[in-house]
Order: sequence, then C-alpha cells, then structure tokens
Amino acid sequence: MTSSNGGFAELKFRDPARARALSATLERLLGEIGRAPVSVMHVCGSHEQAIAKFGLRAALPRALNVIMGPGCPVCITDVPEVDEGVALARQGVRIATYGDMVKVPGTVLSLADVQAEGGKVDVVYSVAQAVELARTIAEPLVFFATGFETTAVATAAAVLQNPPPNLFVLSAHKYIPPVMEIVAEMPDTRVEGFLAAGHAATITGWGVFEPFVERHKLPVVVAGFEPLDILAGLVKLVELIGAGTASVENMYPRCVTKEGNLRAQEQLWNVFRPIGGRWRGIAHVPNGNLRLRDEWAHLDARKQFDIDVNSLWDSAPPTLIQDCICGDIMAGIKSPTDCALFGEQCVPHSPVGACMVSSEGTCKIWHQYGGHPDLGGYGGAVCAR
Amino acid sequence: MCLGVPGKVIAVDGLMATVDFWGVRKQIRLEVVDETVQPGDYILNHVGYAIRRIPPGEIDATLALYEELLRHAEQDDLMAADVRGEIAGAGDDQQ
Ligand code: SF4
Repeated sequence: MTSSNGGFAELKFRDPARARALSATLERLLGEIGRAPVSVMHVCGSHEQAIAKFGLRAALPRALNVIMGPGCPVCITDVPEVDEGVALARQGVRIATYGDMVKVPGTVLSLADVQAEGGKVDVVYSVAQAVELARTIAEPLVFFATGFETTAVATAAAVLQNPPPNLFVLSAHKYIPPVMEIVAEMPDTRVEGFLAAGHAATITGWGVFEPFVERHKLPVVVAGFEPLDILAGLVKLVELIGAGTASVENMYPRCVTKEGNLRAQEQLWNVFRPIGGRWRGIAHVPNGNLRLRDEWAHLDARKQFDIDVNSLWDSAPPTLIQDCICGDIMAGIKSPTDCALFGEQCVPHSPVGACMVSSEGTCKIWHQYGGHPDLGGYGGAVCAR
Repeated sequence: MCLGVPGKVIAVDGLMATVDFWGVRKQIRLEVVDETVQPGDYILNHVGYAIRRIPPGEIDATLALYEELLRHAEQDDLMAADVRGEIAGAGDDQQ
C-alpha cells in the first residue's frame, strides 16, 4: 500500500481496484524516473473540475505535478475582447453571451456592470438560443461568442444555417493547439508533457498534435474526463516521459479519432480563420484566435458596428485587479493559493479576476473543491467535498 | 463548457433530433456530427449540437461519469451545474 491509498477510500471511482492499480503504476513509473517533480499540464477546465472534484491530486504520487494551463475559455478571453462587448452594450446594442462571460471584468467594466446601468445583456446557454432570441426581436442582437473549438464549431454551424439578419457575431473564439506551442516555450513553465482535452480533440482529431510533438519533443496524451480516464492518461504520459518518447497517444478512443470530425472541421474553417492575438495573461498566440472569414463580414459585429472601446478607458481600472495573478496561473507558473486575494478579497460571489468567475477557472474550481497543489501523495486528505 | 453531455436519440427529423437527457427531452442539431444518427443511438451534445455519435460498446463507460454527477452531486457543484447548463442550453423540445 502506498501513502496515497488513504485517499481512495473516499473517492468515487467506478472501479476502485483499477484506480489503485493505476496509481501504483504511476508511483512505480515516477520512481523509475527518479527525480521530482515531474510536471505535466492539462489544458481543459473540465479536466481540472474532475481532478478537483474527485480529489485526484490527493491520490497522485507527490512527485507528479499536474498543472492546469490555459484551459478556461472564459479566463483567456482577453480584456480588449471583453471591452468590445462592453462598449457595444454601452452603445445600446443588445448582447447575448454565455453566463460566465457576463461577470468577467474588462479594463474597467464587465457586461454585468453595463446590465446594472440598464444595458441589454442576455445570457444564453447556446448559440441556438441566441438565434431563437434574434428571431423574436426586431433590433440587432450581437452574439458575443467565446469558447474553444468545441464551441466554435457550434457558432460556425449556426452561421452556415442562415441566421436571421439581425444576428451578428462578435467572435472571441480560441483555438487550443497553438497555445500549447506558446506554453511549451515559456521558460518558467517547465512542462514535460501535455494531457489534451478529449472533447476538443473529438473535433480536431489527435493527429493535430503530431506537428507539435515533432517540434517540441514533448509527449501529448488525449484523455477523457472520468477520474479513471484521467489517471490512465497520466500513467501513459509519465510512461512516455520516462521512456523519453515524444509521441501522441490517444487514451480516449471512444470519442477521439486521428482525423477527428471532418464534417465539423469543414464548417469550422469555412466560417473562421485563425489569426494571431492575445490570450489574457498568456501572450500573443499566433493563430490562436478565431475570427469570421471575409465572406461573413455581413454578420461580423466588428465590421458592422463602430465599436468605441476608447470611451471605456477614461475611468481608472479597479485597483485589486492589479494583484490578480490569473495570467501566471494559466501559464502554469503559479497556483491560486499563491494569490494573496484567493479566498479573501477574491471569492466566487465577488470575483476579482476571470479565473474566479468561470466554472472552468482554476481559482473558482479550487475554491469550490478545496484543491491544493501540494496534495500529491498527501495520505488521507481528500480535497473533494 | 468542454464537457458536453451524452443523450439518447429518441427521434430524428432531418437535421434535428429529439434527444433524451436523463428524462429531459431536447432538440439537438445534427449538422456537425459526422455519422448517421438513428433513434436508439447515443450522441455527445455540446451547446445544442451533436459532436459525436458514441460507439455502442462505449455507452456505459461514457454515461458513468454523468450518472455520478447528476445523481450524487450537490446542487451548487460546479461540474454538475455545467452539465445541467448543457442540458438546459439545448433547443427546447417542440413535441
Ligand atoms: S484568486 Fe482572484 S485575484 Fe487571485 S489570481 Fe485568482 S482570480 Fe485573480
């Protein structure tokens, strides 16, 4: 029995015996590598939710450091992008967007602030709801579209389905593969391998990571979202790190193929083109932003409205935000508990930074589930609930 | 938002499917999914679109996580809330 087994008693694994076996394998593989920490990064808010919810870090060997990277689409939406939505709403344009986006601060204001001032902001769960809403009203409606390729593909499909003429798209969609290149090159991050998000890879296919692996000589493992899926993904990743093999392995074959969903990719790239742009707190990411192609200029809020962001910058930004280290957290350099505001001035009902706003933000996830970076191998202490 | 949610196809009408998510029926669009979908199939829904037809042999394994989340998680649980949001976000059933 390893020190970490205490954690398993309370973990709700579908198959505890398999979980124990996987954990023991991890421990053995890390022992063979013989140095600590071995740091790996995942790039998916749902992975972090599962890791924190099921107390997985408590069950992991201490030598393994599992870091959440830029996997929260709300968090990495850049401040100027939020400002565009905020400026439009202040100009009297009706905005529809995903719930978490409403609370994310721009330079000075969030969409929620504009709503409080009387601005028209509607929360939708899907682009389809925005389309339905546009059909029932006469005024223009701008869908402030955020999210990674899994969500962008839905926006693309909606654009291709003849949306009503009063619907416009303000795209802040992001594409994950390019940001992995950036994070892999960040000198402070020191990640030895990536756990890729299963459902984004459902769209892109695991083959999309091959050029990355070739360039950076870092392994990538595609993993699902069940605790067992994640553990199995980590075992494979550590195995590759130990063997010094840089390759892509697909540990989520029930949803992910090498080519991915070609029909989805066709729609995605018919509607969007990748351009370089900033991700909040990370860096300029070449090809990391998805913008509407010129054919869709008639739907593009940036082309159809005069967005006056400058007017927002007259007032000073809130002071606390200057202490927010969200960017370093998403770059994998720091953890929420390194932030002086975490759980004090910054809490879910009164968030300072984007990472505390979104259900996929590291700070909010840690705040709800009490996850902690040093729990690897922490016998008995389960951080889930 | 990345998690999506699996559901069982009840009926298909052109590019629209009626899908059951733990008793809640929703209209899901089929433009994106890359395989033919028929009643009885399971699909993975993401913001109102089926993005994947789940292979028949993999359904139980796929559903397990969601069973756990929806049956046992507390009301304010983040992950369960995201899954409920996914279900709520799909097109309302017109039947
Ligand atoms: S706890 Fe709040 S202020 Fe600190 S990094 Fe997280 S979001 Fe930013």
